Amino acid sequence: MVIYGVALLSFCMLTGVLVGDLLGEVMGVQSNVGGVGIAMLLLLVLSNLDSRELKLTPITEKGIGFWSAMYIPIVVAMAARQNVFSALSGGWMAIVAGVAAVAASFALIPVLARFGKGEHQ
Amino acid sequence: MILDSIQRVLSTNELVTAFLFVGTLVWLSYLISARLTRGQVHGSAIAIALGLVLAWYGGLVTGGNRGLADISFFAGVGTLGGAMFRDFAIVATAFGADIKALKQAGFVGAVSIVIGVFVSFLIGGIVAISFGYTDPIAVTTIGAGAATYIVGPVTGTALGAGSDVIALSVAAGLTKSVLVMIGTPFIAPKIGLNNPHSALIYGGLMGTTSGVAGGLAATDPKLVPYGAMTATFYTGVGCLLAPSVLYFGVRALL
Repeated sequence: MVIYGVALLSFCMLTGVLVGDLLGEVMGVQSNVGGVGIAMLLLLVLSNLDSRELKLTPITEKGIGFWSAMYIPIVVAMAARQNVFSALSGGWMAIVAGVAAVAASFALIPVLARFGKGEHQ
Repeated sequence: MILDSIQRVLSTNELVTAFLFVGTLVWLSYLISARLTRGQVHGSAIAIALGLVLAWYGGLVTGGNRGLADISFFAGVGTLGGAMFRDFAIVATAFGADIKALKQAGFVGAVSIVIGVFVSFLIGGIVAISFGYTDPIAVTTIGAGAATYIVGPVTGTALGAGSDVIALSVAAGLTKSVLVMIGTPFIAPKIGLNNPHSALIYGGLMGTTSGVAGGLAATDPKLVPYGAMTATFYTGVGCLLAPSVLYFGVRALL
Protein backbone atom coordinates (compact mmCIF):
# COMPACT_ATOMS: atom_id res chain seq x y z
CA MET A 1 0.00 0.00 0.00
CA VAL A 2 1.12 3.52 -0.72
CA ILE A 3 0.95 4.48 2.94
CA TYR A 4 3.59 1.85 3.77
CA GLY A 5 6.07 3.74 1.63
CA VAL A 6 5.13 7.09 3.13
CA ALA A 7 5.30 5.61 6.64
CA LEU A 8 8.71 4.05 5.95
CA LEU A 9 9.95 7.42 4.70
CA SER A 10 8.54 9.12 7.80
CA PHE A 11 10.14 6.52 10.06
CA CYS A 12 13.52 7.09 8.42
CA MET A 13 13.28 10.87 8.64
CA LEU A 14 12.14 10.96 12.27
CA THR A 15 14.75 8.42 13.35
CA GLY A 16 17.51 10.26 11.49
CA VAL A 17 16.54 13.67 12.85
CA LEU A 18 16.30 12.22 16.36
CA VAL A 19 19.79 10.71 16.09
CA GLY A 20 21.08 14.00 14.65
CA ASP A 21 19.52 15.87 17.54
CA LEU A 22 21.09 13.54 20.11
CA LEU A 23 24.45 13.83 18.32
CA GLY A 24 24.18 17.61 18.66
CA GLU A 25 23.44 17.27 22.37
CA VAL A 26 26.39 14.93 22.90
CA MET A 27 28.73 17.24 21.00
CA GLY A 28 27.41 20.24 22.88
CA VAL A 29 26.29 21.92 19.65
CA GLN A 30 23.05 23.90 19.45
CA SER A 31 22.11 22.33 16.16
CA ASN A 32 21.07 19.07 14.56
CA VAL A 33 24.12 17.18 13.29
CA GLY A 34 23.44 15.43 10.01
CA GLY A 35 19.94 14.21 10.89
CA VAL A 36 18.74 14.29 7.30
CA GLY A 37 21.91 12.58 6.07
CA ILE A 38 21.47 9.80 8.61
CA ALA A 39 17.81 9.46 7.55
CA MET A 40 18.92 9.10 3.92
CA LEU A 41 21.42 6.38 4.81
CA LEU A 42 18.72 4.59 6.82
CA LEU A 43 16.29 4.69 3.88
CA LEU A 44 19.02 3.40 1.55
CA VAL A 45 19.81 0.50 3.87
CA LEU A 46 16.17 -0.42 4.60
CA SER A 47 15.10 -0.24 0.97
CA ASN A 48 18.01 -2.42 -0.11
CA LEU A 49 17.44 -5.21 2.41
CA ASP A 50 16.94 -8.42 0.50
CA SER A 51 14.84 -10.26 3.06
CA ARG A 52 11.47 -11.40 1.81
CA GLU A 53 9.39 -9.70 4.52
CA LEU A 54 10.89 -6.29 3.85
CA LYS A 55 10.88 -6.40 0.05
CA LEU A 56 9.08 -3.26 -1.08
CA THR A 57 6.25 -3.78 -3.54
CA PRO A 58 6.01 -1.37 -6.49
CA ILE A 59 2.97 0.27 -4.90
CA THR A 60 4.83 0.83 -1.64
CA GLU A 61 7.65 2.35 -3.65
CA LYS A 62 5.16 4.80 -5.14
CA GLY A 63 4.67 6.28 -1.66
CA ILE A 64 8.36 7.19 -1.60
CA GLY A 65 8.59 8.04 -5.29
CA PHE A 66 5.83 10.63 -4.99
CA TRP A 67 7.72 12.63 -2.39
CA SER A 68 10.92 12.27 -4.35
CA ALA A 69 9.10 13.70 -7.38
CA MET A 70 7.69 16.52 -5.25
CA TYR A 71 11.25 17.56 -4.48
CA ILE A 72 11.53 20.28 -7.14
CA PRO A 73 8.13 21.90 -6.41
CA ILE A 74 8.99 21.91 -2.72
CA VAL A 75 12.33 23.54 -3.50
CA VAL A 76 10.51 26.18 -5.57
CA ALA A 77 8.26 26.88 -2.58
CA MET A 78 11.36 26.98 -0.40
CA ALA A 79 12.89 29.60 -2.70
CA ALA A 80 9.69 31.67 -2.47
CA ARG A 81 9.88 31.78 1.32
CA GLN A 82 13.54 32.76 1.66
CA ASN A 83 14.34 36.03 3.33
CA VAL A 84 15.76 37.49 0.11
CA PHE A 85 14.84 41.01 1.06
CA SER A 86 16.98 41.01 4.16
CA ALA A 87 19.86 39.27 2.32
CA LEU A 88 19.90 42.13 -0.18
CA SER A 89 19.41 44.86 2.38
CA GLY A 90 22.10 43.54 4.74
CA GLY A 91 24.60 45.96 3.27
CA TRP A 92 27.68 45.49 1.12
CA MET A 93 29.71 43.65 3.68
CA ALA A 94 27.19 40.81 4.00
CA ILE A 95 26.86 40.55 0.21
CA VAL A 96 30.62 40.59 -0.38
CA ALA A 97 31.17 37.97 2.36
CA GLY A 98 28.48 35.70 0.92
CA VAL A 99 29.63 36.07 -2.68
CA ALA A 100 33.33 35.56 -1.86
CA ALA A 101 32.58 32.46 0.24
CA VAL A 102 30.58 30.92 -2.61
CA ALA A 103 33.24 31.76 -5.22
CA ALA A 104 36.02 30.20 -3.14
CA SER A 105 33.95 27.08 -2.44
CA PHE A 106 33.06 26.63 -6.12
CA ALA A 107 36.74 26.95 -7.05
CA LEU A 108 37.69 24.17 -4.62
CA ILE A 109 35.30 21.56 -6.05
CA PRO A 110 37.49 20.46 -9.00
CA VAL A 111 40.56 20.41 -6.73
CA LEU A 112 38.96 18.13 -4.15
CA ALA A 113 37.24 16.01 -6.81
CA ARG A 114 40.62 15.21 -8.40
CA PHE A 115 42.19 14.45 -5.02
CA GLY A 116 39.39 12.05 -4.10
CA LYS A 117 39.40 10.23 -7.42
CA GLY A 118 43.18 9.74 -7.43
CA GLU A 119 42.89 7.91 -4.15
CA HIS A 120 40.77 5.14 -5.52
CA GLN A 121 42.54 4.53 -8.80
CA MET B 1 -19.10 38.91 -2.19
CA ILE B 2 -17.42 36.57 -4.65
CA LEU B 3 -14.05 38.11 -3.88
CA ASP B 4 -14.63 37.59 -0.17
CA SER B 5 -15.48 33.95 -0.79
CA ILE B 6 -12.42 33.41 -2.94
CA GLN B 7 -10.23 34.98 -0.32
CA ARG B 8 -11.76 32.86 2.43
CA VAL B 9 -11.45 29.62 0.46
CA LEU B 10 -7.85 30.29 -0.58
CA SER B 11 -6.63 31.18 2.87
CA THR B 12 -8.45 28.45 4.80
CA ASN B 13 -7.05 25.84 2.40
CA GLU B 14 -3.58 27.29 2.43
CA LEU B 15 -1.57 24.17 1.64
CA VAL B 16 -3.80 23.28 -1.32
CA THR B 17 -3.51 26.88 -2.53
CA ALA B 18 0.26 26.48 -2.32
CA PHE B 19 0.13 23.32 -4.51
CA LEU B 20 -1.82 25.25 -7.16
CA PHE B 21 0.46 28.25 -6.90
CA VAL B 22 3.71 26.29 -7.16
CA GLY B 23 2.30 24.14 -9.95
CA THR B 24 1.39 27.25 -11.94
CA LEU B 25 4.78 28.83 -11.27
CA VAL B 26 6.60 25.68 -12.43
CA TRP B 27 4.41 25.43 -15.56
CA LEU B 28 5.07 29.06 -16.40
CA SER B 29 8.80 28.57 -15.85
CA TYR B 30 9.00 25.58 -18.18
CA LEU B 31 7.09 27.62 -20.77
CA ILE B 32 9.63 30.44 -20.43
CA SER B 33 12.45 27.91 -20.61
CA ALA B 34 11.15 26.37 -23.84
CA ARG B 35 9.96 29.53 -25.61
CA LEU B 36 12.38 32.25 -24.52
CA THR B 37 15.60 30.33 -23.89
CA ARG B 38 14.95 27.37 -26.22
CA GLY B 39 15.65 25.02 -23.32
CA GLN B 40 19.07 26.53 -22.69
CA VAL B 41 18.12 27.52 -19.14
CA HIS B 42 16.52 24.68 -17.20
CA GLY B 43 12.83 25.20 -16.27
CA SER B 44 13.45 24.47 -12.60
CA ALA B 45 16.26 27.04 -12.52
CA ILE B 46 13.81 29.65 -13.79
CA ALA B 47 11.17 28.50 -11.28
CA ILE B 48 13.63 28.87 -8.41
CA ALA B 49 14.75 32.29 -9.64
CA LEU B 50 11.12 33.44 -9.96
CA GLY B 51 10.48 32.08 -6.46
CA LEU B 52 13.35 34.15 -5.10
CA VAL B 53 12.09 37.29 -6.86
CA LEU B 54 8.63 36.73 -5.37
CA ALA B 55 10.25 36.14 -1.98
CA TRP B 56 12.02 39.47 -2.29
CA TYR B 57 8.71 41.11 -3.17
CA GLY B 58 7.03 39.48 -0.16
CA GLY B 59 9.71 40.82 2.15
CA LEU B 60 9.43 44.26 0.58
CA VAL B 61 5.66 44.43 1.00
CA THR B 62 5.22 42.82 4.42
CA GLY B 63 8.55 43.49 6.13
CA GLY B 64 8.46 39.88 7.38
CA ASN B 65 11.23 37.32 7.15
CA ARG B 66 9.48 34.45 5.33
CA GLY B 67 9.36 35.99 1.86
CA LEU B 68 6.13 35.40 -0.05
CA ALA B 69 4.77 33.26 2.80
CA ASP B 70 4.12 36.38 4.88
CA ILE B 71 1.38 37.42 2.45
CA SER B 72 -1.73 35.72 3.91
CA PHE B 73 -2.80 34.19 0.57
CA PHE B 74 0.53 32.41 0.29
CA ALA B 75 0.91 31.23 3.88
CA GLY B 76 0.80 27.65 2.57
CA VAL B 77 3.97 28.28 0.56
CA GLY B 78 5.68 28.71 3.91
CA THR B 79 4.53 25.26 5.01
CA LEU B 80 5.25 23.54 1.69
CA GLY B 81 8.68 25.17 1.43
CA GLY B 82 9.49 24.89 5.12
CA ALA B 83 12.19 22.71 6.64
CA MET B 84 9.81 19.80 7.34
CA PHE B 85 8.69 19.15 3.77
CA ARG B 86 12.10 20.10 2.38
CA ASP B 87 13.84 17.50 4.52
CA PHE B 88 11.11 14.91 3.86
CA ALA B 89 11.56 15.30 0.10
CA ILE B 90 15.36 15.29 0.38
CA VAL B 91 15.25 11.99 2.29
CA ALA B 92 12.92 10.58 -0.38
CA THR B 93 15.47 11.38 -3.11
CA ALA B 94 17.88 8.97 -1.42
CA PHE B 95 15.62 6.15 -2.60
CA GLY B 96 17.46 4.60 -5.51
CA ALA B 97 20.73 6.44 -4.87
CA ASP B 98 23.92 4.56 -5.60
CA ILE B 99 25.39 3.21 -2.36
CA LYS B 100 28.68 2.42 -4.09
CA ALA B 101 29.21 6.06 -5.08
CA LEU B 102 28.46 7.16 -1.53
CA LYS B 103 30.96 4.71 -0.03
CA GLN B 104 33.64 5.57 -2.56
CA ALA B 105 33.46 9.30 -1.90
CA GLY B 106 32.69 8.99 1.81
CA PHE B 107 36.11 10.03 3.01
CA VAL B 108 36.68 12.94 0.65
CA GLY B 109 33.07 14.00 1.32
CA ALA B 110 33.77 14.21 5.06
CA VAL B 111 37.01 16.09 4.42
CA SER B 112 35.17 18.52 2.15
CA ILE B 113 32.78 19.46 4.99
CA VAL B 114 35.62 20.51 7.29
CA ILE B 115 37.46 22.31 4.47
CA GLY B 116 34.18 23.95 3.41
CA VAL B 117 33.48 25.34 6.89
CA PHE B 118 37.07 26.52 7.24
CA VAL B 119 37.25 28.23 3.82
CA SER B 120 33.91 30.04 4.13
CA PHE B 121 34.77 31.11 7.67
CA LEU B 122 38.19 32.37 6.59
CA ILE B 123 36.80 34.35 3.66
CA GLY B 124 33.94 35.78 5.74
CA GLY B 125 36.41 36.78 8.45
CA ILE B 126 38.77 38.44 5.98
CA VAL B 127 35.88 40.41 4.48
CA ALA B 128 34.78 41.50 7.98
CA ILE B 129 38.31 42.68 8.80
CA SER B 130 38.64 44.54 5.50
CA PHE B 131 35.37 46.33 6.30
CA GLY B 132 36.94 47.58 9.52
CA TYR B 133 35.88 45.03 12.14
CA THR B 134 38.62 44.29 14.67
CA ASP B 135 36.67 42.71 17.54
CA PRO B 136 37.39 38.93 17.48
CA ILE B 137 33.79 38.11 18.44
CA ALA B 138 32.37 40.18 15.56
CA VAL B 139 34.88 38.76 13.05
CA THR B 140 34.14 35.19 14.20
CA THR B 141 30.36 35.71 14.02
CA ILE B 142 30.49 37.18 10.51
CA GLY B 143 32.88 34.44 9.38
CA ALA B 144 30.48 31.86 10.81
CA GLY B 145 27.61 33.56 8.94
CA ALA B 146 29.51 33.08 5.70
CA ALA B 147 29.35 29.34 6.47
CA THR B 148 25.54 29.22 6.82
CA TYR B 149 22.86 31.51 8.18
CA ILE B 150 22.40 29.09 11.09
CA VAL B 151 26.05 28.80 12.08
CA GLY B 152 26.29 32.62 12.25
CA PRO B 153 23.62 33.33 14.87
CA VAL B 154 24.42 30.16 16.85
CA THR B 155 28.06 31.26 17.08
CA GLY B 156 27.20 34.89 17.74
CA THR B 157 24.81 33.94 20.54
CA ALA B 158 27.36 31.57 22.08
CA LEU B 159 30.05 34.25 22.06
CA GLY B 160 27.77 37.12 23.10
CA ALA B 161 27.96 39.17 19.89
CA GLY B 162 25.74 42.22 19.40
CA SER B 163 22.43 41.83 17.57
CA ASP B 164 23.63 44.05 14.70
CA VAL B 165 26.58 41.73 14.07
CA ILE B 166 24.34 38.66 14.30
CA ALA B 167 21.97 40.25 11.76
CA LEU B 168 24.94 40.83 9.43
CA SER B 169 26.02 37.20 9.79
CA VAL B 170 22.52 36.03 8.87
CA ALA B 171 22.52 38.34 5.84
CA ALA B 172 25.89 36.93 4.71
CA GLY B 173 24.56 33.38 5.05
CA LEU B 174 21.34 34.25 3.18
CA THR B 175 23.35 35.82 0.36
CA LYS B 176 25.39 32.63 0.13
CA SER B 177 22.30 30.43 0.06
CA VAL B 178 20.55 32.51 -2.62
CA LEU B 179 23.69 32.70 -4.76
CA VAL B 180 24.27 28.93 -4.55
CA MET B 181 20.67 28.36 -5.71
CA ILE B 182 20.99 30.68 -8.69
CA GLY B 183 24.65 30.19 -9.58
CA THR B 184 25.04 26.40 -9.47
CA PRO B 185 23.40 25.53 -12.82
CA PHE B 186 25.60 28.09 -14.60
CA ILE B 187 28.89 27.14 -12.95
CA ALA B 188 28.29 23.36 -12.85
CA PRO B 189 29.67 22.55 -16.34
CA LYS B 190 32.84 24.55 -15.63
CA ILE B 191 33.70 22.74 -12.40
CA GLY B 192 32.73 19.22 -13.45
CA LEU B 193 29.65 19.05 -11.24
CA ASN B 194 27.98 16.25 -13.18
CA ASN B 195 28.54 13.06 -11.19
CA PRO B 196 27.78 11.72 -7.68
CA HIS B 197 31.42 12.07 -6.64
CA SER B 198 31.68 15.82 -7.29
CA ALA B 199 28.13 16.36 -5.97
CA LEU B 200 29.17 14.92 -2.59
CA ILE B 201 32.11 17.32 -2.50
CA TYR B 202 29.91 20.20 -3.66
CA GLY B 203 27.47 19.56 -0.79
CA GLY B 204 30.31 19.45 1.70
CA LEU B 205 31.95 22.64 0.46
CA MET B 206 28.76 24.71 0.09
CA GLY B 207 27.01 23.41 3.18
CA THR B 208 23.84 25.49 2.93
CA THR B 209 21.09 22.85 2.76
CA SER B 210 18.64 25.21 1.04
CA GLY B 211 21.29 26.43 -1.39
CA VAL B 212 22.44 22.92 -2.26
CA ALA B 213 18.85 21.65 -2.52
CA GLY B 214 17.93 24.47 -4.91
CA GLY B 215 21.22 24.48 -6.82
CA LEU B 216 21.14 20.76 -7.60
CA ALA B 217 17.41 20.80 -8.42
CA ALA B 218 18.18 23.37 -11.11
CA THR B 219 21.26 21.51 -12.35
CA ASP B 220 20.48 17.80 -12.26
CA PRO B 221 17.96 16.37 -9.76
CA LYS B 222 19.72 12.99 -9.92
CA LEU B 223 22.62 14.52 -7.99
CA VAL B 224 20.44 15.75 -5.10
CA PRO B 225 20.91 12.83 -2.68
CA TYR B 226 24.71 13.03 -2.91
CA GLY B 227 24.99 16.78 -2.37
CA ALA B 228 22.32 16.84 0.33
CA MET B 229 23.98 13.99 2.21
CA THR B 230 27.14 15.97 2.98
CA ALA B 231 25.43 19.36 3.22
CA THR B 232 23.24 18.22 6.11
CA PHE B 233 26.33 17.60 8.26
CA TYR B 234 27.86 20.99 7.49
CA THR B 235 25.79 23.19 9.81
CA GLY B 236 26.44 20.86 12.74
CA VAL B 237 30.18 20.82 12.07
CA GLY B 238 30.12 24.60 11.65
CA CYS B 239 28.31 25.10 14.95
CA LEU B 240 30.92 22.86 16.55
CA LEU B 241 34.03 24.52 15.09
CA ALA B 242 33.15 28.22 14.82
CA PRO B 243 32.54 29.15 18.50
CA SER B 244 35.47 27.00 19.66
CA VAL B 245 38.58 26.25 17.59
CA LEU B 246 37.96 28.92 14.95
CA TYR B 247 37.18 31.59 17.55
CA PHE B 248 40.38 30.82 19.46
CA GLY B 249 42.27 31.06 16.16
CA VAL B 250 40.79 34.48 15.42
CA ARG B 251 41.52 35.69 18.96
CA ALA B 252 45.14 34.57 18.67
CA LEU B 253 45.56 36.44 15.37
CA LEU B 254 43.84 39.73 16.21
